Amino acid sequence: MRFECQELCKSFDSSHSEISALDRVSFAADDHEFVSIVGPSGCGKTTLLKLIAGLIEPTAGRVQMSNGALRGRPRSAFVFQDHGLFPWMTVLDNVAFGLEMQGVAQGERLERARAFVERVGLGQFADHYPHQLSTGMQQRVGIVRAFVTEPPLLLMDEPFGALDPQTRRVLQGELLRLWGEHRNLVVFVTHDIDEAVRLSDRVLVMTGRPGSICDTIDIPLERPRDLASREPAEVSEIKWRIWKQLEREVRASLAIAR
Amino acid sequence: MRNNHLGTAPGSKFERWGPLLTIAGALLLWEGCSRTDLITSTFFPAPSTIFAVIMGLLLDGQIATHAGVTLARVLAGFTLGGGAGLILGLAMGASPRLHAQIDPLVALVHPTPKIAALPLILVIFGIGEAPKLVLAALGAFFPILISTVAGVQQIPPTYFEVARSYGAGPLNLFRRVVWPGSLPFLFTGARLAINVALVLTIAAELVVGQSGLGQRTWFAWQTMRIPEVYAWLAVTSVAGATLSFLLGGLAKICMPWEHIRAVKRR
Repeated sequence: MRFECQELCKSFDSSHSEISALDRVSFAADDHEFVSIVGPSGCGKTTLLKLIAGLIEPTAGRVQMSNGALRGRPRSAFVFQDHGLFPWMTVLDNVAFGLEMQGVAQGERLERARAFVERVGLGQFADHYPHQLSTGMQQRVGIVRAFVTEPPLLLMDEPFGALDPQTRRVLQGELLRLWGEHRNLVVFVTHDIDEAVRLSDRVLVMTGRPGSICDTIDIPLERPRDLASREPAEVSEIKWRIWKQLEREVRASLAIAR
Repeated sequence: MRNNHLGTAPGSKFERWGPLLTIAGALLLWEGCSRTDLITSTFFPAPSTIFAVIMGLLLDGQIATHAGVTLARVLAGFTLGGGAGLILGLAMGASPRLHAQIDPLVALVHPTPKIAALPLILVIFGIGEAPKLVLAALGAFFPILISTVAGVQQIPPTYFEVARSYGAGPLNLFRRVVWPGSLPFLFTGARLAINVALVLTIAAELVVGQSGLGQRTWFAWQTMRIPEVYAWLAVTSVAGATLSFLLGGLAKICMPWEHIRAVKRR
């Protein structure tokens, strides 16, 4: 699985004028790669992810996908910011939803869903409804729902954005563990620099609106990673470099002079 | 545990039996006033007298017959009008264009008291079963239509995006998102609709026909059997409460997630 964004542009019609959200975004991502995108609020990160998912159409440019035959199966699974679990389905039915849409028979899909739910330790909540779970649990269900379909491409839109720092840290570890077993291509959107560096092989930095990619940084950390270990000096250096870029963009978007 | 302003905990003996005590007290007061002729017993017969009449009507099978006739009419009208409202409501909820096209007409017709159309309906549909059915259907149509449209429109767009991202087509979008997502609104509409259908059926029976709770009430009035008027009124009110109760039970079965949410809120 490999994809390439070629000169992607997206603008939205508002009542008065056209608002440009993305401006000529180009990058490629390869199989087994974990790519993060960081950028200031409203820079079009989510829009970019939805373009890659094919949920919306670009105004100009294209997303080129290359992969084996998948017989009409969606190539990608999307993890949403606010988990997006259906309140009218149990945890198990939510997790099995992707398989259901692929036409997997009920017995098999529930079995596969249950196996995944148990792997993240939520077995006893399988028959609960989402609102009976804590926010952290809900987001884990949202992530598992994507993994169970075994997508070649996994698109994650700030999945930990709504969580407290401790929960966030634990779930980052859990995500890396799950990903280590599947090694799908992941595109991970966040505005947390720390998170982007810890998780990724490569970090793309975006400018403010209209969003475009202003820097690409490879993260020289070994896999598997131990999130509990102290970070090497070069990682601090990388974070500093990303922050300096972002600071300029955030200041510009807030119209704060230097 | 949360306490109310009386300092009694919910579910305490007082809260459970208090309402029943109020009803029993009111009935006792009525009984006393009527028996001592403090209020005219001709117009306000004692509850015990009314109760005896109800027992009589129950034993000779009149209640079963006429309540059955009325409920069958209500359910037929509810199904017909509610079904049409449901289908049009789903279509209007799904298509903003259709909504824009039809909504002004709904806004115009809906506030018209349907009962005022009864003379017109009698002229068009005669005096058989048809006018009662049409009137009840008309009454059930609007609450279901309006709540279905609102139900579809209030579903957060995220759920459609999630479903589409996993490859859901129109059929699955309907089955797994639109239907369960609008169900709570639909049941609210249904409870309003079945009540309107009952009111309109009774109203039509008061004016035309040989059977039904409304006709019996009117007949009892015409022959000045006041306790029987009260008796039929009580039966009608029980019939309405039963319909509402049954719909509430159906809602619990159809929407287990809503039921659990309500329990949690308590």
